[in-house]
Amino acid sequence: MSWAKIFALSLRHIYLIKGSFPRILDLIYWPTIQIFLWGFISKFFTMNSSYFENTVGVILSAAILYDFLFRSSISYNMMFLEEIWSRNFTNLFIAPIKLSEIIAALTFTAIFRTLIGLIPAALLAIPLFGVSIFKIGLPLILLLVTLYLFGVTLGLMVTSGLVRFGPSFENIAWASLFFLAPLGCIYYPIEVLPGWLQLAAKLLPLVYIFEEMRNILIYDIISYYQISKAVVISILYFIFGVILFYLSYAGAKNRGTLINMGE
Amino acid sequence: MKLEVKNLTKKFGNTIAVKRINFQIEKNSTLGLLGPNGCGKTTSIGMMLGLITPTEGKVFIDGINLDPKNRIRLLSKMNFASPYIELPKKLTVKQNLEVYARLYGVKKISSRINEMTDELNLSNFLERKTGELSSGQKNRVALAKSLINKPNLLFLDEPTASLDPDVGDFVREYLENYKKKNELTILLASHNMKEVERLCDKIIMMKDGEIVDSGTCNELIQKHGRKNLEETFLKIARSKNELG
Repeated sequence: MSWAKIFALSLRHIYLIKGSFPRILDLIYWPTIQIFLWGFISKFFTMNSSYFENTVGVILSAAILYDFLFRSSISYNMMFLEEIWSRNFTNLFIAPIKLSEIIAALTFTAIFRTLIGLIPAALLAIPLFGVSIFKIGLPLILLLVTLYLFGVTLGLMVTSGLVRFGPSFENIAWASLFFLAPLGCIYYPIEVLPGWLQLAAKLLPLVYIFEEMRNILIYDIISYYQISKAVVISILYFIFGVILFYLSYAGAKNRGTLINMGE
Repeated sequence: MKLEVKNLTKKFGNTIAVKRINFQIEKNSTLGLLGPNGCGKTTSIGMMLGLITPTEGKVFIDGINLDPKNRIRLLSKMNFASPYIELPKKLTVKQNLEVYARLYGVKKISSRINEMTDELNLSNFLERKTGELSSGQKNRVALAKSLINKPNLLFLDEPTASLDPDVGDFVREYLENYKKKNELTILLASHNMKEVERLCDKIIMMKDGEIVDSGTCNELIQKHGRKNLEETFLKIARSKNELG
């Protein structure tokens, strides 16, 4: 892999973000709205039920982490969609770039887009609701890395669909995360789900990540075994995502959809 | 670079888009790829660029097979321009050229960008967003991008389509002069017969996915007993109707 080419591909997206204030605003806007929404809902519950008294922080932290996952996946898809929308797709695929370099560039650049949204939202939650996700401590890094890897994997899978089926797959890009959200047990423990859905949920790393977040915040307990389970599952999904991307690329080359792909 | 195409075929399901085409372009020469819409030109170019997997046949560049193993090495010496693909509209001309210069591993990026934009009269637009340019300016930026890596093999798909006669003439003259100073083999797909007559050393005519004729402009005009290339094109393109 050539780091110079990965940097060049990243630069194209950095220039795009840098040159457009509305784009930066858009990146910050949605996570901030999420924080306000969940913050006030949680506050309302606190005022009206003693059960929820200590869980404002848990719900809000879950909202921030879920948004981090959502943004990392969407950022990945968005960068790829930008190439399709701008009709730059063919230029990109006739340049001497390896698929692995494209994947690496999108993966590394997605973190910038994600952090532009996450950092202001996470900081805003501290004075507004007295909630800091940084209370999770060092395991927060592991949780974020795992979430990021899974978010990027989802982005990679949707991108594979875009390569294979073209822009008509765009709607799936937006719907993909909403589909997984109920199974991810983000705001509730896995026991809430019916038995058969619990089995499906355990195949996702999200269950272990959000369960661990709750354990840390409520009981002050850390299970590195659960976290490592999430890491391993995320890596397996990532490998699957990469294979899928390569297969989709080969399929697109066979179908001739890489040339003149646009809006 | 010498381009050689052997038995190149592409089927999409039951449809044969390109049927066993064979031709070669000698180093530093320009070949015109002509044919009516839907005759398989774009599919053929797609296969020669490694964007479409042929059903059968091979593409050789300087004797090297354009397979996945050699693709990156060969692509670094090739490029492509077409009015049907664009550069990111929100990036400035300079940013777009910089990104592609980096992707192609160009060494002295700034001087290469300045050189290209000077030659193509784009120096005043370097800081302008590409999407804000006129179609003539965009076309020249696309040409600058396609030459940024000093390619030895260039594919041009209707390089002057939708340009006014003045800009069209500028682009043709630029290409002629560029070719004199640089080692460059060109495959030109165009519907502008005067452009083809001016730029191409040899022509191949495609119809229904097959090569139906080839030769120099004069050879083809004489062979078909017509006054010019446009009439020759029409005769070949409509040959089935005449026969029917």
